Amino acid sequence: MSEVQDYPSRLSDPKSRKMGTFSYLPAMDADQIRKQIQYIVDQGWNPAIEHTEPQYAASHYWYMWKLPMFGETDVDRILAEVELCKQNNPGNHVRLVGYDNYKQTQGANMVIYKAPLEGEVLKEMEQAAAVHAYDLVHK
Amino acid sequence: MANKTYQAGVKEYRETYWEPDYVPKDSDLLAVFKITPQPGVPREEAAAAVAAESSTGTWTTVWTDLLTDLDYYKGRAYAIEDVPGDDECYYAFIAYPMGLFEEGSVVNVMTSIVGNVFGFKAVRALRLEDIRFPLWFVTTNPGPPHGIQVERDKLDKYGRPLLGCTIKPKLGLSAKNYGRACYEGLRGGLDFTKDDENVNSQPFMRWRDRFLFVQEACEKAEAETGERKGHYLNVTAPTVEEMFKRAEFAKEIGARIIMSDYLTLGWAAHTSLSKWCRDNGILLHVHRAMHGVIDRNPHHGVNFRVLTKMLRLMGGDHLHSGTVVGKLEGDRAATLGWIDIMRDKYIKEDRSRGIFFDQDWGQMPGVLPVASGGIHVWHMPALVSIFGDDSCLQFGGGTLGHPWGNAAGAAANRVAVEACVQARNEGRELEKEGKDILTAAAKHSPELKMAMETWKEIKFEFDTVDKLDVSHK
Repeated sequence: MSEVQDYPSRLSDPKSRKMGTFSYLPAMDADQIRKQIQYIVDQGWNPAIEHTEPQYAASHYWYMWKLPMFGETDVDRILAEVELCKQNNPGNHVRLVGYDNYKQTQGANMVIYKAPLEGEVLKEMEQAAAVHAYDLVHK
Repeated sequence: MANKTYQAGVKEYRETYWEPDYVPKDSDLLAVFKITPQPGVPREEAAAAVAAESSTGTWTTVWTDLLTDLDYYKGRAYAIEDVPGDDECYYAFIAYPMGLFEEGSVVNVMTSIVGNVFGFKAVRALRLEDIRFPLWFVTTNPGPPHGIQVERDKLDKYGRPLLGCTIKPKLGLSAKNYGRACYEGLRGGLDFTKDDENVNSQPFMRWRDRFLFVQEACEKAEAETGERKGHYLNVTAPTVEEMFKRAEFAKEIGARIIMSDYLTLGWAAHTSLSKWCRDNGILLHVHRAMHGVIDRNPHHGVNFRVLTKMLRLMGGDHLHSGTVVGKLEGDRAATLGWIDIMRDKYIKEDRSRGIFFDQDWGQMPGVLPVASGGIHVWHMPALVSIFGDDSCLQFGGGTLGHPWGNAAGAAANRVAVEACVQARNEGRELEKEGKDILTAAAKHSPELKMAMETWKEIKFEFDTVDKLDVSHK
């Protein structure tokens, strides 16, 4: 039994939170992000950028950065908008969406920048977890 | 105007029901049967007999035939084809006119066309291979309660196959231990855990206890991971009243998804449940227990592609489809055919996949195919390649059998599926580079590394999906 490894996920540890597709993989490097953007473009999907404060990441709706970039196929211009979004929203997670208007859904949705969890944000997330835990037991 | 006179007696079926010049109408319901005739019965006669007995006919002429426009209401055998590789059987194509069936009633259609005729003496065996449901009929059926896109939106899961796990042992766990198994899988990264088809309300685990423990498992895993989770609560029950009682309770405690065994539950009960699911915003997972009784014999019964079409009409958000991997090539092509039937808006005739008719689904949402049974992490590259994103991949033993437990097993599968999707998006060929992709991903995931060591490596020798069109049978 000594060889069995524990699974290190904790309700009390906000760093255990995941955020959809690719959140179980290591953060993508610049080249990998570029390839995913290229994939979205190649599918004919409309790229869009969204961001949120980490403590509200579980919400369906993150903030849209401007509007979806309808018809944009230039990977560099999409990346430039990602940069602008990051600069203007320090401490926010940033995700990339590919809107598939034919299927009326998001063909792709991936977090491409994870903000560090620290300070007041971390405290707030820890408190929220405590409320969750209380609700689970007392409802 | 009287244009026919009554003559009592027995006529040959083909005089009335064999019309080789008939051009099917868009409004006709079309069916193709594989007929194994009794020795000495001519092909046309057997085909006409099937058309007659599945529509208006009976064995003798009756005077009341003349009180109606029987030429309109009759089913017509309009074509006969050889079955490739089988000299004994042949395909008979039959057209049934609009008006012969009740709108919105799969029950009525199937009672007619796979009713008495399957016990008919003139044929030794009979198999319904495919049905073309005309658009008017499609639009009178409820269809999936939500469909693939709405499910993705509700769960906030995009751009990858969903992951599930059937809890084992399927029978015998207490409700609390069962909930534990669910919680471990969900916190490890699964989207769903699942009741098995025969988990209902046995003495060792009554349904209400199971629902409550499992719901806590889902909610704690959601809080812990920040992702939405579900467990298919099987509401299949001995009576319709009991079924709805369980469904209502699932809704009351906040369950996101429930489950039905649509063949054993009964089609009318299932359809009612499906409509309830749409009204109440709860997803519906559908298991196909008993299908093997109906669809496995190549000469008698109903092909699964027909059962698939029926389910899409009656409604369900998930349906088990088979896993494709590890099966015969013909099965693979046929399975790919009914996966299209579940998901696509319009499916073209494609004999290499066993699809005999074009099928137009209009605006009816699609059903998510579920690949479940005997698959593990080494199958992931092939599964992602074959099924694509719009699927649910279910690893039972392949999750629970991980040496470090369910959470580690779940994490291994989640890392593997995400690594495969990432690689596919980068333009890599999954079925050829699968081993490299998984090995690289395992460097960052001890859970995946252990899973790969535990389960035997399978060879990545499948063709790519585009090349899969081969002769049926």
